[in-house]
Amino acid sequence: MATAEHTHEHVHYTATGLDNRKIAIWAFIGSECMLFASLISTYLIYKGRSIVGPFPHEAWTSPAGQVFKPILNIPVTSVSTFVLLMSSLAMVLALAAVENRGKPGYVGTALGNSKLWLATTAALGATFLGFQAFEFTSFVHEGLTIRTNLFGSSFFTLTGFHGAHVTVGVLWLMTLLFIDFKRGLTPKDSLIVDICALYWHFVDVVWIAIFTLVYLIK
Amino acid sequence: MTDHQHADHAHEHPTWTQYKWVAIVLTVITAFEVWIYYTPFKDSPFFVPLLLILSAVKFAIVVLFYMHLKYDHKLFKALFTGPLIIAMCTITALLFLFSKLKA
Repeated sequence: MATAEHTHEHVHYTATGLDNRKIAIWAFIGSECMLFASLISTYLIYKGRSIVGPFPHEAWTSPAGQVFKPILNIPVTSVSTFVLLMSSLAMVLALAAVENRGKPGYVGTALGNSKLWLATTAALGATFLGFQAFEFTSFVHEGLTIRTNLFGSSFFTLTGFHGAHVTVGVLWLMTLLFIDFKRGLTPKDSLIVDICALYWHFVDVVWIAIFTLVYLIK
Repeated sequence: MTDHQHADHAHEHPTWTQYKWVAIVLTVITAFEVWIYYTPFKDSPFFVPLLLILSAVKFAIVVLFYMHLKYDHKLFKALFTGPLIIAMCTITALLFLFSKLKA
């Protein structure tokens, strides 16, 4: 009884019986939907309205005779998309490992190793950021910056905002990993891992939309 | 377990096998999207609608299974789907407003 009361001292439930932290993260994700909707709208409205190249899907020759290839690199982005999708798998396995710690089937197995899955998720997120850094750098070398044309402005703003969200997610995951190494995450901590997981999956679903709308549709 | 805790964690989560199959389906759909990008089908009028449908399917799978919204409290569903509907209506309205879509 004393233990139960002690646990409740630190948990703030709402009148719905739901933890306010989980309500907060869902409300935050809802607001983020509208943020990314505005960025995606801007990209789509400006799409095809750039006066000068480079362009995403078409080659362009400048008045000075310089030839620019279509700038988007679909194979590289496809791999980075796959990496982000697999990071979501690693994230759900990290949450399952924390929630089921000590249960049969999880003790002493890879499935029950939350450190492994948290580290894998963070590493895959960092790999995605590496792909994005490579893409941005190659675009700048090929003549596309945020100031070049409408495509450059809207593209770097949209994907840059997404990359910033991934960066926050990787830092969040590394914080959880640090806590796991420091004192070990237990089933009582499953909510804090769940909240991080919800954020991470949201970043993933935003990329699903960006990959189709920006990269695959001409 | 108290009522509060029960309300918060009453939902069940998918098993490892389900998670694995979700990942396989997401990978196959992504591979298919990229494959049709390199086929003559990309010039078809059905290319964009197909890609949008496949993207929506992937979006829904991640939200329902990885974000556990299928198993979660209806308040969380409302907190997500409400703004999502507003966001999609906003995108559609702006595309009509700037003549990217025609009635």
